[in-house]
Amino acid sequence: MSLSRIAKSLVVAAAVGLSGMAQAIDITGAGATFPYPIYAKWAEAYKASSGNGLNYQSIGSGGGIKQIKAKTVDFGASDKPLTKEELDKDNLVQWPMIIGGVVPVVHLEGIKPGALKLTGAVLANIYLGKIKKWNDAAIVEINKGLTLPNQDIVVVARSDGSGTTFVFTNYLSKVSSDWKAGPGSDTSVKWPVGINGKGNEGVASYVTQQAGAIGYVEYAYALQNKMTYAQMKNKDGQFVGPDDKTFGAAAANGSWKAELGFYEILTDEPGKDSWPITGASFILMQKVQDKPENAKAALNFFEWAYKNGSKSALELDYIPMPAAVTALVINSWKSQIKDAAGKPVY
Amino acid sequence: MDAVIIPFHQAPKTDKMTNHDQKIPQQPANRSPKERLYRLGDIVFENVTRFFAFLVLATLIAILISLVITSMPSLKAFGFGFLFSDDWDPVREQFGAMIPIYGTLVSSLIAMLIAVPISFGIAVFLTEMAPNWLKRPLGTAIELLAAIPSIIYGMWGLFVFTPVFSEYVQPLIIGTLGNIPGIGALFQGPPMGIGMLTAGIILAIMVIPFISAVMRDVFELVPAVLKESAYGLGATTWEVVWKVVLPYTKTGVVGGIMLGLGRALGETMAVTFVIGNAQRFSTSLLAPGNSIASSLANEFSEAVGDLYTSSLIELGLILFLITTIVLAIAKMMLLRLGRMEGAAS
Repeated sequence: MSLSRIAKSLVVAAAVGLSGMAQAIDITGAGATFPYPIYAKWAEAYKASSGNGLNYQSIGSGGGIKQIKAKTVDFGASDKPLTKEELDKDNLVQWPMIIGGVVPVVHLEGIKPGALKLTGAVLANIYLGKIKKWNDAAIVEINKGLTLPNQDIVVVARSDGSGTTFVFTNYLSKVSSDWKAGPGSDTSVKWPVGINGKGNEGVASYVTQQAGAIGYVEYAYALQNKMTYAQMKNKDGQFVGPDDKTFGAAAANGSWKAELGFYEILTDEPGKDSWPITGASFILMQKVQDKPENAKAALNFFEWAYKNGSKSALELDYIPMPAAVTALVINSWKSQIKDAAGKPVY
Repeated sequence: MDAVIIPFHQAPKTDKMTNHDQKIPQQPANRSPKERLYRLGDIVFENVTRFFAFLVLATLIAILISLVITSMPSLKAFGFGFLFSDDWDPVREQFGAMIPIYGTLVSSLIAMLIAVPISFGIAVFLTEMAPNWLKRPLGTAIELLAAIPSIIYGMWGLFVFTPVFSEYVQPLIIGTLGNIPGIGALFQGPPMGIGMLTAGIILAIMVIPFISAVMRDVFELVPAVLKESAYGLGATTWEVVWKVVLPYTKTGVVGGIMLGLGRALGETMAVTFVIGNAQRFSTSLLAPGNSIASSLANEFSEAVGDLYTSSLIELGLILFLITTIVLAIAKMMLLRLGRMEGAAS
């Protein structure tokens, strides 16, 4: 008696569960950790407005790329864009979704946030271990008016692979040939000097602890923790501070081409207001969709996020994509993403 | 309060007692109609337990096989050179395990050098010298230390221990030990607070409760008669511990040390926080280094490319082998000790 009753109720529960799933589509995505907070926030708002849920697992860019290649998720996310060849090899499309900035932070007595000025070459030489003291002539020269101590520079970098490191090292590679020939650019590199902390919080805690330290963190992190960030000299020779305007300027000055999979790293962009260490986070999808209805739902979500997500992005200190770029991206979906029969999904 | 603490100490003894009591009356009490059912139950139970036991073995072998298969690209690309190369360059896809291996072994060695004597002291004090009212609270406190998650040790190490260590202790070490020719090379460089030595110290604090708890438990198993005889012959406490308690319990003591060493070798989060995570070799123990477990935790999620991923998995394989070898050596040591005893008597 009781057994059959339990069995019945189980069947009913399963049926209810299945019918519930059939009504709304659950979009699945996996990848980069850097954009996770904003994707999660968008997902919540989107669920409320459309009923479709988004299940995003922030397992890291590497994991995201593997998952989308294996087609276990509807979309992958990566902080490091794939090149045209890599995309073609695995039949993937790619576009930028959200922009963030990387900010050098320092721990120096008596120096206020934004007071210290750095150039790309100086930053590269500090991270190469060539500039060892804060009162090095190269730093003093660009910081007239600041009294810099005769103190060792403690170089702090990320120990875990991360998009932040990719953007930062990509910038150093662009401005320093020694850096390009030496450590190079990737989500993790062989750091010539210094100590490495895990995550933004690891770098931040080392910088706060070690007097004379320099590190790099995501903009949001520097802001929320009131860290002493530095101004950077951009490609046009202007010293700029990190904020939404300078990140936005960098994004607007990028050259986005759909046919190249929007491969663009926003470091060292021209423009007098451009923050030089800016980067976008990318979405990856399969060109040929086995489950067109899921792909359609995912694309609807991305379009919704482009159009309605700017405010929440700014609240979390991300920078939304410029409207001109989002129009290009949305336009590219029609021709690039198709179902098995060759019909455009979007 | 007492009611909570008592079972901790007396549980093993009472368990054994009741087991014996139950076994003896059970067999004649079996009745023929139910006997078959019991038999069947026995057979099922035996097979189920055997299945569980073999499941562990199968899992172990499966892990080993999958580690070898997934690390194939790196095994092929670097061969044995992987063990001896100190290059870890994700950009150029050149990988070598020497620095993480060195970091794992050295940080664990430092931990053992600190933890074993301290744990021994704790265990001796708790079993031989502490007054009764102090034994239980102290013993429980040590057991509680073992229950603290390792990430807490890591955070405590980074936020509390490191600043004090770099401000007061490291300058002292550099100024004294650093000036001794030879071993002075181990204590050079700026006092940053984090590095190999800090990782070793944090690991020591983490494994002390394990080692001392095992040591205390085995020391308590020494029959009072043996100790009392030794005391009766005029032995000091030290002589009793060194000549009676330790020889009687050496298997358990080595086992406890190995348990601690196993934990130290594989510890991830606590080490990541304080070791500095630098893939660079330095003779100084004050300089940042890296361990195998910490490299894996840091780099796995964002590792792109077959060679990078498989190199990390090969690191995992190496850690697996190191722990196996350590355990095997421990077992062999114990066997040899046992044989020598047999020859002597």
